[in-house]
Amino acid sequence: MNKCVERLYNGVIKENPTFVQMLGMCPTLAVTSSAINGLGMGLATTAVLTASNLMISALRKVIPDKVRIPAFITIIASFVTIISFLMQAYTPELYDSLGVFISLIVVNCIILGRAEAYASKNPVIPSVFDGLGMGLGFTVGLTLIGIIREFLGAGKIFGFEVTTELWDPIAIFTSNPGAFFVLAFLIAGINAFAIRKAKKTGGKPKLRRIDTCAGCTNLSCAGRRMADCPEGEDIGTTEASPAKKEFFDIENDVDVKAAIDKPGAAEVKNAEPLEGTMTLDMTTGKVTYTSPKEEEGKE
Amino acid sequence: MNIFLFAISAALVNNVVLVQFQGLCPFLGVSKNTKTAAGMGGAVIFVMTLASTVTSIVYYYVLTPLDLQYLNTIAFILIIAGLVQFVEMFLKKKVPSLYRALGVYLPLITTNCAVLGIAISNVQDDLSVGESILNGFFSAVGFAIAITILASIREKMERNNVPKAFQGGPIILIAAGLMALAFQGFSGLL
Repeated sequence: MNKCVERLYNGVIKENPTFVQMLGMCPTLAVTSSAINGLGMGLATTAVLTASNLMISALRKVIPDKVRIPAFITIIASFVTIISFLMQAYTPELYDSLGVFISLIVVNCIILGRAEAYASKNPVIPSVFDGLGMGLGFTVGLTLIGIIREFLGAGKIFGFEVTTELWDPIAIFTSNPGAFFVLAFLIAGINAFAIRKAKKTGGKPKLRRIDTCAGCTNLSCAGRRMADCPEGEDIGTTEASPAKKEFFDIENDVDVKAAIDKPGAAEVKNAEPLEGTMTLDMTTGKVTYTSPKEEEGKE
Repeated sequence: MNIFLFAISAALVNNVVLVQFQGLCPFLGVSKNTKTAAGMGGAVIFVMTLASTVTSIVYYYVLTPLDLQYLNTIAFILIIAGLVQFVEMFLKKKVPSLYRALGVYLPLITTNCAVLGIAISNVQDDLSVGESILNGFFSAVGFAIAITILASIREKMERNNVPKAFQGGPIILIAAGLMALAFQGFSGLL
């Protein structure tokens, strides 16, 4: 039982998908123009996440490791289809205002991320609570952003007038640019809090970052695994900014930069290495290249 | 349908990232410098055009005759995932120069919500196969335009003294917000 409560706490507070992990940016920005939309989207995602965690955890010993990603995607897509029909039937207004984003729950990083990181390795009951916790954390995040945007942009909260005569609502907050601004100031606020806390304790502040894919737990995105993701560390101020370095910094002798500038040139020079694999490290912007020989060595 | 109007509408007025909020992960994550951003944009143009073509053909010639339109989400995501894998293998074997330019970006696109989003909105808006291809292509061009502009802004911002709390994510979001504000101006074009 303790483990279930721990999973809920973990999802809602400790690893909140919106404010800590910064996942699922597209729905976070797109559907939070009002509190009710944010809440609806959050609950729909929670339902899909809980159901898919349940199913994936139950099938974790049946699904072969090699085809697990397509299998997970199929399971998730099935639940998304079911939820979208239920919403179409029972909450048609919400269904219309969320539009294509209900279908896009399929590609929400949080769901595949939890399937891969937790549900495929743990028993059914903790997995269900993990999904429930993460989903509720996401719901809290979306609803909060929705409330802020609706309050500033329309002077309402959940459709009820609050500031009728105090000031004119600032309409930009309910439109697209407002979504970016509200999220930017929320993250900056959280960062400022983290910096102040770090100054008191003398440690390094743990800044939220969305400028790289480093925090993304979706491993089919860039083919990265959870273990490869560095913790959200301090970004540093001036030195080692990848934009000033040469981007195509190849450790092996394959001249990718030349290959892109002049496709013919490098091909002749390195005819063989094409058999290997190239990977792009999102944190450093570095392309690493593994030749087939090295790959054999690894195995 | 006037192709020029279609292009303006898909690429600028209904810009896939700044107006529709699809594909934000690569938009924010792969925009560190213009070269990477342009590579990503190119890869998205390639995949999104192909995916729009294949998904709309499958929808009209396989799902519709079988009365299985409600399975479009499942069918499309599997088609896109398979397609990206296939394209990667094909380019690696047959067109190595293109693979060198786009190869590293291809796996990033599999679960890019913009690709699935465009495929679904194509069939939701009842676009024909030809219109879907155009819509896919020009939406991806819009993505490429947006990500390249953001990358140029970020390269300039490298030299700026940004408050510590705004470093990394927030200042980029603000830049993107200002871009969204500018793109709203395009809505008067049509």
